[in-house]
Amino acid sequence: MRHIISVLMENEPGALSRVVGLFSQRNFNIESLTVAPTEDSTLSRLTVTTIGSDRVIEQITKQLNKLIDVVKVVDLTEGDHVERELMMIKLKASGQMRAEIKRTADIFRGQIIDVTPTTYTVQLTGASDKLDAFIDTLGTAHIMEVVRTGVSGLSRGEKVLSL
Amino acid sequence: MEQLSGGEMVIRALRDEGVKHIYGYPGGALLHIYDALFQQDDVQHVLVRHEQAATHMADAYARATGKAGVALVTSGPGATNAVTGIATAYMDSIPMVVITGQVMSTLIGEDAFQETDMIGVSRPVVKHSFSVQNPEEIPSIIKKAFHIAESGRPGPVVVDVPKDMTNPTDRFNYEYPKNIKLRSYNPVSRGHSGQIKKAIDMVLDAKRLVIYSGGGVILGDASQELTELAQLLNAPVTNTLMGLGGYPGTDRQFIGMLGMHGSYEANMAMHHADLILAVGARFDDRVTNGVDKFCPTAKIIHVDIDPASISKTIKADVPIVGPAKHVLSEMVSLVKNSKKQPEKGAIDAWWKQIDEWRTRHGGRYLTDDSEKMKPQQVIEMLSKVTGGDAYICSDVGQHQMFAAQYYKFNKPNRWINSGGLGTMGFGLPAAMGVKMNFPDEEVVCVTGEGSIQMNIQELSTISQYNIPLKVICLNNQSLGMVRQWQDMNYESRHSHSYMESLPDFIKLVEAYGHVGMKVDKYEDLEAAMTKAFAMKDRMVFMDITVDPFEHVYPMQVPRGSMRDMWLSKTERT
Ligand SMILES: Cc1ncc(C[n+]2csc(CCOP(=O)(O)OP(=O)(O)O)c2C)c(N)n1
Ligand SMILES: [Mg+2]
Repeated sequence: MRHIISVLMENEPGALSRVVGLFSQRNFNIESLTVAPTEDSTLSRLTVTTIGSDRVIEQITKQLNKLIDVVKVVDLTEGDHVERELMMIKLKASGQMRAEIKRTADIFRGQIIDVTPTTYTVQLTGASDKLDAFIDTLGTAHIMEVVRTGVSGLSRGEKVLSL
Repeated sequence: MEQLSGGEMVIRALRDEGVKHIYGYPGGALLHIYDALFQQDDVQHVLVRHEQAATHMADAYARATGKAGVALVTSGPGATNAVTGIATAYMDSIPMVVITGQVMSTLIGEDAFQETDMIGVSRPVVKHSFSVQNPEEIPSIIKKAFHIAESGRPGPVVVDVPKDMTNPTDRFNYEYPKNIKLRSYNPVSRGHSGQIKKAIDMVLDAKRLVIYSGGGVILGDASQELTELAQLLNAPVTNTLMGLGGYPGTDRQFIGMLGMHGSYEANMAMHHADLILAVGARFDDRVTNGVDKFCPTAKIIHVDIDPASISKTIKADVPIVGPAKHVLSEMVSLVKNSKKQPEKGAIDAWWKQIDEWRTRHGGRYLTDDSEKMKPQQVIEMLSKVTGGDAYICSDVGQHQMFAAQYYKFNKPNRWINSGGLGTMGFGLPAAMGVKMNFPDEEVVCVTGEGSIQMNIQELSTISQYNIPLKVICLNNQSLGMVRQWQDMNYESRHSHSYMESLPDFIKLVEAYGHVGMKVDKYEDLEAAMTKAFAMKDRMVFMDITVDPFEHVYPMQVPRGSMRDMWLSKTERT
């Protein structure tokens, strides 16, 4: 099963490499990873999506918790949560395709953020499967370049990950 | 407030932490620190001949005392030479602080002379590491390093110190913190009382209980509590390789080591148990054998300080996260105050069964299939001559397993071996580290002619510091453990498991100023060994010729259950 694991950690040099190293050292898989400082600049928030059996996910959260720089760990997929990913996608856009891309972007509530006579760059946010669906709809033939941020997420309601 | 340079602060902080000995080797990146070391008398430095030995000495000191040992090594090759020792400590959860020199911070990343990214290289084998960015942080970083190394599940911590952080002309206020708190690190100090109660209810209902304890009981200073609990319950106790000495080895309730080379009775008892109380042990693959066939009728209570050890390989029915000492003492008082007591009839029947297993095998070995002395005989003699009371520091191989099986450890912290990493070359420096700190105790390195050559240069350090330990070399002229696997799985094709061109060990140790003794016949062994141990102020190396064809038994059949064992070259369960 796919899990979104959220980690609050010290914003220290080397902390990120310990997290990434842990995943490769213990043969855990990383689907996506995002990290940035929080409103408190001494803390970073890292979100990793991974796939594994319950036993593997239990080990991942326990091993993450063991890292000295890690303050807290939560598996967001255990409860209600919201998740978003941002994608920028550059497409060949000439002739009929210009209108077609615009229409599809509108349906997906994307925005065209860069335009040239031959290209469009579309920005799209949403859950990862929505971004996948957009790519599938347009077909790889027109895609020049894709960049995705990886998943970020939060628990719904009052539940927070903090000190 | 006192003004010190970064180099002085390193040494002063160690002194203020109560460190008496550090083990190390100088180099360019450490020159300022070594100069500070020279100008004081509180911290004694021991100069090894290879950095690996420095880490093993520090590690063994920690294994014998429970306090973190300290090694000091220079940047680049000094640091990489220390990696094996750091990994050895990491695998066995041994507290250690390793201070590594580093090139000047302004040169980091430029492939400067003797630059190695030690934080990166050591990352998978440390509990944590620090890189000093500012000399003023040195006292607090060292305090944190000791705190992290020694608390919770212990482990090695690396402190990387760029040379410019130790500059003698830059001086700063020095104050060593009394306490340190880390908001992201709070090891548990007690077990969950509800879980402990639930566990004891199961324990008192059990008909075939086995207590399986590991290195956590030794590290957690809990052998007294373990012994009391086991005796209150009249329960059989088995120890892992790391846990030997956690329960008295000569006591009736001790059924031996378990696992790959565990005793017949311990592995049988585990297989047939209805309840296993695992304390400070991690169900490692050398213990469980095939996990899918592991202890089919048993429920499992697992006590460990590290939550990640629980249900990692074998699912626990009752997990208890906490220090062994606290959890076991809670258990003792619950049993004492409980109206319910273990059912006597069931316990008697269980012991009757275990005693039958005990008589069936009982650690026997053949002495008449070879002219040569048997390695087991040597260890039994060692146990006799030292009264079972010595610190036994082992290398890795067959001799290690024989020492674990045939030396009866009645006290914790006396069996010192590299269990997790299995590092050949550990034994001699380990014995040095222990003997320097316990000069009045018997300290023995049990080794093989293969392992001893992995750190033999330390014979020189032993001369320099006059460390009168004893070396018992079980010389089978082969990499015996490798050869045994080749005998059993590769139709005796002994690919590179033969030690050709062995040195004359007697001449070699004499060249370093020590005493060498060669023993070829069992008849001469007792007298020779007694004589060796009577030489209190000399390091004596006993080169003992043993049967090169001997195997370690029992040996579990790979991927089988606990009870699937070879009992001799011809006999299987
Ligand atoms: C550094 C290292 N290299 C290789 C091994 C693999 N190994 C395990 S036991 C062994 C043989 C040890 O030979 P010896 O020290 O003579 O002991 P014996 O088994 O003969 O008693 C080897 C090569 C190891 N454990 N450590
Ligand atoms: Mg050998």
